[in-house]
Amino acid sequence: MSRSDPDELTIAPDGRPMEEQPKWRRDFPIDVPEDHYVARREFTKFLALTSFAFVAGQAWILAKSWFGGSADSRELLVARLSDLPVGGTLQFDYPGPGQPKLLVRLSEQEVVAFDQRCTHLSCPVIPQVAQGRFHCPCHNGNFDLATGRTISGPPRRPLPKVELKVRGDRIFAVGVTERTS
Amino acid sequence: MNGRRRFTRAQKTPILSGIIAIVVLIVVLQLWLFTATMNAYLGGDHTAALPAAAASAACLLLILGLLRYVYQLDR
Repeated sequence: MSRSDPDELTIAPDGRPMEEQPKWRRDFPIDVPEDHYVARREFTKFLALTSFAFVAGQAWILAKSWFGGSADSRELLVARLSDLPVGGTLQFDYPGPGQPKLLVRLSEQEVVAFDQRCTHLSCPVIPQVAQGRFHCPCHNGNFDLATGRTISGPPRRPLPKVELKVRGDRIFAVGVTERTS
Repeated sequence: MNGRRRFTRAQKTPILSGIIAIVVLIVVLQLWLFTATMNAYLGGDHTAALPAAAASAACLLLILGLLRYVYQLDR
């Protein structure tokens, strides 16, 4: 019997050193220090798998960026200024059904519109004009009423802004701008 | 004759611990990269996707190289 590693405690039934044993026996050692070593080696393999998962996620984002298509920017009549008082709000779907947006008239001449879905977990935000904010009741997120930027709470990104054009008395939505800050 | 040096287990264990420490650091870097890229993508900024994916793939290659070395330790 010969042992090339003096630290080796496990002795296989056939007496040969561990490096000459089949893989299954080396992967399930008897002595504790060797078992710790194998566990760390397996943990390294698990970390490599985690790293691969991150690369797969990055590839998915890249594919969505390249092949996800561009945002719809058709023009849509949203409301008439005469129908919306100062401080009034209106919900509308843009660019298509199931994509709720909120129109707010801030002053006589100023109207803004933002996506109604909170940028945290897509709960619908509620306009609180008196407090000057959009409030998300799910996790107490708050966005500025005039800019859509985050005031407090878990959301990191501002609400996507709807580009508006006012022609005479009519308000048109002409596009949506997503923002990171 | 095999010219590669064979390590005893007492030598291999700290080597493996060091490799794990490096791999954990790289994976945490990838996690940060992924959250930052996702945030940029959801915010409409698609310019970061390609360099972030390339950097993450480079991190994976580095980890695979270290993993290969771990396997060589056992031979």
